[in-house]
Amino acid sequence: MRPSTGFKVFRTTALIVVVTSLVAPLVWMVAASLKTNVDIYDSAKALVFTPTLDNYGTVLQQANYVQFIVNSLWVAFAATALSLVLGVPAAYSMSRFNMRKSALVVLMARVIPGVSLLVPWYYVFSNLRMVGGFGVLILSHMFVSLPLIVYIMMGFFDGLPEELEEAALVDGLTHIGAFRRITLPLSVPGIATAGILSFIFSWNNFMFALVLSGADTKTLPVAIFDFVGYASIDWGGLMAATTVVTLPIMVIALFVQKYIVSGLTAGATKG
Amino acid sequence: MPAVTAPERAPRGASVMPDTPGWARWANDHRKWLFAAPAMAFVAVLIIFPLAWTVYLSLTDSAGSVRAESEFIGFRNYVDVLSDTDRFWPAVARTGAFTGVALFFEVVLGMAIALLLWRPFRGEKWVRVAILLPLVATPVAVGMMWRLIFDPNIGLANQALGWIGIGPQPWLAGQHTALPTTIFIDIWQWTPMVVLILLAGLTSLSDEPQEAAMIDGASAWQRFRHVTLPLLMPTVIVAILLRGIDALKTFDILYATKGRGGGSFHEVETLNVYAYGLSFDYNEYGLSSTVLILFFLIIIGSMWALTARRKGADR
Repeated sequence: MRPSTGFKVFRTTALIVVVTSLVAPLVWMVAASLKTNVDIYDSAKALVFTPTLDNYGTVLQQANYVQFIVNSLWVAFAATALSLVLGVPAAYSMSRFNMRKSALVVLMARVIPGVSLLVPWYYVFSNLRMVGGFGVLILSHMFVSLPLIVYIMMGFFDGLPEELEEAALVDGLTHIGAFRRITLPLSVPGIATAGILSFIFSWNNFMFALVLSGADTKTLPVAIFDFVGYASIDWGGLMAATTVVTLPIMVIALFVQKYIVSGLTAGATKG
Repeated sequence: MPAVTAPERAPRGASVMPDTPGWARWANDHRKWLFAAPAMAFVAVLIIFPLAWTVYLSLTDSAGSVRAESEFIGFRNYVDVLSDTDRFWPAVARTGAFTGVALFFEVVLGMAIALLLWRPFRGEKWVRVAILLPLVATPVAVGMMWRLIFDPNIGLANQALGWIGIGPQPWLAGQHTALPTTIFIDIWQWTPMVVLILLAGLTSLSDEPQEAAMIDGASAWQRFRHVTLPLLMPTVIVAILLRGIDALKTFDILYATKGRGGGSFHEVETLNVYAYGLSFDYNEYGLSSTVLILFFLIIIGSMWALTARRKGADR
């Protein structure tokens, strides 16, 4: 089935429109972050302007963003690591022993509105004097990461032939030994997919940190609001802050594109 | 049975097993629950217990502080919320409109873009990268980015309208234009998600039905309508299901663009934003729990309706 020339011209035109509408707003955001606030208000300087890094100076020095970057990295990393430790063996059990009902309970977490958990959490964790600390932030982010990891890894283990483990049993390994030495090493692509996606979701999470973080433990999505005042907005600073939040994750996405796509579409085509 | 016969067939296995300590053998025998239990316990403590508490709170007049004394008042909160035509029902309508309109455009545009990307072409890799960018961007940051673009005075959107001779629009600042504008932002960010899911579905289809239809002289539209679309339907339902659940629960871009309470006229106040405000701006825990339970029932109900249709389509 070779596409006709007419279709090719149409497809190229359509794709240019699609790509432009997806990328142009992001380019505009980065451009505004490199302008002074005077230039942002001047429509004549929309595309031609003298770039400045002043806004990034404000973000990183005055607004204490280095601290918030470290917070975000730490919370996302810890939530992902802990969720992998809990989630990968659970997904293995649920896949091999066909525990569909148990799996459903874990996956419920994807459906429940986060607000309904926040009030009880806030009560319990403030009694434990944990609100504002990293512990509660990491736990709350695991609420997003763990179901995601179980979901992706179950699909992965479903597709991993059981014969490999049976062969290891014949060779004298225990079941747990076979999981550790045969299954886990073969699951590295699946674990990478689940881990990367969990990291991104945690990095982007806003609502839990909004309620549960303190002034020192704020993550980046919450810190963005420091640039929105009641009366006015520091647009240059705000756009530099949004660029600092989004650019790293977009650059990472370029390199691990394959994993992100397979994670986001996991289980979608099983019907 | 292999556990019994394996030692006979593999003497090495038999010689290893007696060396292993008792706890390791116990762990081996109970691995099913040993592996699953920690994750299940985590879910039980952090999700099922709070959910049960939310159900309980919805039957009390808890307010002010969660530690304050509260009284069991039965279903009075439910009567209050369900008869509230001021905030609750408008929020239900906004949630429905937001999800319905956003989903419609995301599926239609997503399908069109997925079909464009279906067959290989030069530069495919770059197009796929562009599609991934909105998806991985932090939703709050995306909200802020569009807030600048849609700013009535300095935004690019009104500037662009000026070039083609259309007057400036209030966008996010207008009482009636705010909700459509946030829907547009949702479509911008999440259509790529639908593209990726549908594309995965399209690539898993076999070519034969397409070729057969072509030999029968079917036009491109006929092939899509009567061959590709029916085969792809299960994937379309999955995309609607995954995207729909998240669209119903949209919070980040609404909070980033309009702030607390969905703006001063509550113009983008959906159920999730309303419940958040009741909990953390007004400390009305009883009422907010009631709204959340009803919201949860709406989500489950719409999922159930969709999966029922999916099973119907399979038959």
